[in-house]
Amino acid sequence: MTPALSIRQLTKTYANGFQALKGIDLDVAEGDFFALLGPNGAGKSTTIGILSTLVNKSGGSVEVFGHDLDRDPSGLKRCLGVVPQEFNFNQFEKCFDILTTQAGYYGIPLKQAKERAEQYLTQLGLWDKRDSASRELSGGMKRRLMIARALIHQPRLLILDEPTAGVDIELRRSMWGFLTELNQQGITIILTTHYLEEAEQLCRHIGIIDHGRIVERSSMKDLLKTLHVETFLLDLKESTLVMPQLSGYPARMVDDHTLEVQVEKSQGVNELFRQLAAQKVEVLSLRNKSNRLEELFVSLVEKNLKKVAQ
Amino acid sequence: MSPELASNWVALQTIVRREVRRFTRIWPQTLVPPAITMALYFVIFGRLIGSQVGGVGQFSYMEFIVPGLIMMSVITNSYSNVVSSFFSSKFQRNVEELLVSPVSPHTILIGYTIGGALRGLAVAFIVTLLSLFFTHLQVHHLGVTVLVILLTAITFSLGGFINAVYARNFDDISIVPTFVLTPLTYLGGVFYSISLLPEFWQHVSLVNPILHMVNAFRYGILGVSDINIGIAIGMMLLASTVLYIVCIRLLKSGRGMRQ
Repeated sequence: MTPALSIRQLTKTYANGFQALKGIDLDVAEGDFFALLGPNGAGKSTTIGILSTLVNKSGGSVEVFGHDLDRDPSGLKRCLGVVPQEFNFNQFEKCFDILTTQAGYYGIPLKQAKERAEQYLTQLGLWDKRDSASRELSGGMKRRLMIARALIHQPRLLILDEPTAGVDIELRRSMWGFLTELNQQGITIILTTHYLEEAEQLCRHIGIIDHGRIVERSSMKDLLKTLHVETFLLDLKESTLVMPQLSGYPARMVDDHTLEVQVEKSQGVNELFRQLAAQKVEVLSLRNKSNRLEELFVSLVEKNLKKVAQ
Repeated sequence: MSPELASNWVALQTIVRREVRRFTRIWPQTLVPPAITMALYFVIFGRLIGSQVGGVGQFSYMEFIVPGLIMMSVITNSYSNVVSSFFSSKFQRNVEELLVSPVSPHTILIGYTIGGALRGLAVAFIVTLLSLFFTHLQVHHLGVTVLVILLTAITFSLGGFINAVYARNFDDISIVPTFVLTPLTYLGGVFYSISLLPEFWQHVSLVNPILHMVNAFRYGILGVSDINIGIAIGMMLLASTVLYIVCIRLLKSGRGMRQ
């Protein structure tokens, strides 16, 4: 089956000499929900810029559903919808006009464009804002308008560059639901995000990019399996200044009610609770210190940083 | 029609519709000011000063300046429509909507050019209507009149596009109209016949392309001209072709738009 996205040896050197991409290879299968993660300046936005033809590549090749960027840019663009990181619509145009105009650029006749605009504005909860100028919308509404605009020509591959940045939790979750629904309808989705919980929740595969190279590419499940140690925070019922004696579990008191414990996957938590119970330490609740993916992400990026420094 | 061509045809209609929507939405900034300025020219130069000046050849001074003032409106408005529209698209980054879509560079350019030309022609129409309050107008040669006004609108729309591509801030879009177009228009025979100038300055004036446009249009309306109409039309055709090629190259290279 033709992959939704196929990138080979993609390089980009900007006019000031900065080498943003140093030969990226990446395949994303049709129907996948893929997370492209990386620290700021790693090359995520450059990669998306090249895919959307807003950044000229220096070398390598890009194909979207078999349409080559150099040989068939028009075919590639028809398959692709992009939600950029920054708002980029005419601030004075009405939401409805923004969508029908974008549809027109893809050759969709006005009557059909109006029907689709109504469909997507309704789905994204913006129908009652159809006659408002885009500058009058809140940040979350503007994000949703950009998603509606990217969907108006019904692309097979949707790329979202930090779609939930600056969006409140409730709206973020409703957008997750909407994106999941789109993916279930068969649209391949590539997502960049700084919210690693978002990537863990939504995506089946993951690529980590750092210093212009892909440093990790695997399924989310396999990646999370490689996590050997998790750090838990235990909320204690009684205040204590004395550290419980725990054998085999590195631990420290965060404050007089909170105990931080590192648990290896092979150890499990039963033994930990047995030891605490023996010392009459009652635990009210237990939580992860940080997101599991976040720990992995930090360790991978740090490892790559050392490699680059060498 | 091939699917690609059909798609670009819809895209062209979309760009033109958007451009017309833009300049009609902000009509107090785009359509009213030129009408007021030209009405003042008619009153002050045509009626008040013109009555003291007498005639130019067989025509009253008012009759003489009307074609030039109509051309002045076309030049200024076609240019400023494209330069401001395309530059603000770059500034607000909504030009990316066009660049990520499969619209061909030719469609983008033709769309903006038609938009600019339509505004130029809309203002020309308003100015022509206003002129009828001050003088009687009759068209000597309809074909020349239409051809010249269209070529002028197209040429200056294309010029505005190039300015917008190179512009980095709002100051850059007013430099050419202020320091190039306005002087060339005033020295382009709008208010006088170059036969009034000393011979040396008559030759110098012939270098000014706007002189040829104004005179060709004046020929279409009044049937008199300081220059050869064939050369003027040939020059306009050449200018619009060269500008079109430059614009297409700029669009394909992505200058000022793509990194």
